[in-house]
Amino acid sequence: MKFKLNRLIAVVLIAVLAGCSSKGGTTSDATIEDRGTSFEDGAVTSGLGSSTSFDAYLSENPDSPLARRVIYFEYDSADIQGDDLDLLSAHAAYLGANPEQRITLEGHTDERGSREYNIALSERRAVSVQRVLELNGVSSGQITIVSYGEEKPAAEGNSEAAWRLNRRVEIVYQGQ
Amino acid sequence: MKGKNVITMKILLRISVLFLSLFAGAVQAALTIEITQGVEGAQPIAVVPFGWSGAPGTAPENIAAIISADLGRSGRFEPLPDSDLVAHPTEAAQVLFHNWRMVNVDNLVIGKITQSGAGQYTVEFQLFDVLRGKQITGYSLPAGREDLRRVAHHIADLIYEELTGERGAFDTRVAYITTSGPISNRSYTLVVADSDGYDPQTILSSKQPIMSPSWSPDGARVAYVSFEKKTAEIYLQDVATGSRRKLASFKGINGAPRWSPDGMRLALTLSRDGNPEIYTMDVKSGALTRLTNNLAIDTEPAWSPDGRSIVFTSSRGGSPQLYRISSAGGKAQRLTFEGNYNADADFSPDGRKLAMVHGESGHYRIAVLDLESGNLRVLTDGRQDESPSFSPNGSIIIYATGEGNREVLAAVSVDGRFRQRLSLQAGNVREPSWSPFGDQ
Repeated sequence: MKFKLNRLIAVVLIAVLAGCSSKGGTTSDATIEDRGTSFEDGAVTSGLGSSTSFDAYLSENPDSPLARRVIYFEYDSADIQGDDLDLLSAHAAYLGANPEQRITLEGHTDERGSREYNIALSERRAVSVQRVLELNGVSSGQITIVSYGEEKPAAEGNSEAAWRLNRRVEIVYQGQ
Repeated sequence: MKGKNVITMKILLRISVLFLSLFAGAVQAALTIEITQGVEGAQPIAVVPFGWSGAPGTAPENIAAIISADLGRSGRFEPLPDSDLVAHPTEAAQVLFHNWRMVNVDNLVIGKITQSGAGQYTVEFQLFDVLRGKQITGYSLPAGREDLRRVAHHIADLIYEELTGERGAFDTRVAYITTSGPISNRSYTLVVADSDGYDPQTILSSKQPIMSPSWSPDGARVAYVSFEKKTAEIYLQDVATGSRRKLASFKGINGAPRWSPDGMRLALTLSRDGNPEIYTMDVKSGALTRLTNNLAIDTEPAWSPDGRSIVFTSSRGGSPQLYRISSAGGKAQRLTFEGNYNADADFSPDGRKLAMVHGESGHYRIAVLDLESGNLRVLTDGRQDESPSFSPNGSIIIYATGEGNREVLAAVSVDGRFRQRLSLQAGNVREPSWSPFGDQ
């Protein structure tokens, strides 16, 4: 119960942040992924081509399920929670319809345990998400995985409240 | 008595740090080291400020204070505070042993620094057995201005070895990673400092995470993981020149680099073939040899000092545990059976013990496994202890821990009785790696 409420808050927060972006495709993702990554030189050009209307849909519609781009995990687990399967279907549908669109799945863990083991665990989580997306029609060429382990937390603190926000995979749309 | 030792040591260390900063001018230690648990039975020793024939206040370095702090920091000695020194001899002829017997020290160190040329000095010292009233040993060491701290550490090593029979590890360095800034705008550095915290040198700065520093056996290079390209890559960097080359940037994970004891290979973790496995790579040719092959997570390789085997972390048994495999590959043998989490091994220099991160009931602590007896002993009691690294003489383990909302380093003697905290004034410090002996 409590867990779900926190997740809902997190979802709303992320949606609000996504909604708060100004015009221009970069900013929506820049807000969410701004954990020290910067795109000053790393502008990824990908042929979005004629998808301008989809562009607007992604970056400006906070109610779209596609605005929610973080999947959370239980401790020491890489299992996708039931609720997230629908979310991943929505992303898969968009990606399937836009085969030029690439994403990076960034895996993370909470701070407990050793660092390199957590790098491996975070990869497991990203791979889990990748598998679900591929089962739903996304081609593997659209997906890149980066594993951050505990190195890039979303929340600081030594409690379950912080840890649960850090056990996550973030879906990062390239070129936006 | 134990309380008295702790207080004395704390006072001494603070006086030493203060004295050093007064003497050495602008040179400040970035890492502050505090003894947090002293040892009963530490050998009392007196280290008298070294003589200096030049103008007062212009001595280039306070050699005696560095020696004193080193010996105290080993946990084996309790140096007499400067205020308790009954005399200030700088030559053997000036020593009156009965004075020193009165203050109950077993040993006495005296010495002097003389200038031998522009920027050149001679440091002489003598070590005495107070009870027998005899000199044990004495040396004269030439040094340039910039080498004086190292000479002091070398003298401390000589004294330590003479009195304990064990090699000293004072003339060594520590690599560690610092982070600072808010989560949204973090800065990371890889630093190499003297093992007393002095003279920190940043060898890499980044806005992306840095991990897993590993020293080459000759102490000349450090391998590490850098996320500067937004994904994990392994670099080899020459410490003196800063020049570096990329060693591994395969698809997926490039992690946990560890130099082989002969310096010819690195063990590392790659997931290029589907999931994290242990590989070794020839440093010169880049040729890869795969050691593990299963669906579990295999990572964090650690070489035995004889180079024959590698201990690593694997989840193949259901939870992270330590396994051992020949460095040529083959069947892995499980080593840890206590606790539901054992990871991040580091071999003791004699190859007999493993330090590790040991998890039990939600606490992560540093433990040492005796490989012969199978006995596991938990040495620390922090909240989140990790990244253990043995000193090159095997007597102390340095590791990372949390304190309040900061990350600091700590050190514990292998018998668990002696503890220190190493912290930065600003920022967090993590992932310490103690250098090998500087046998150059």
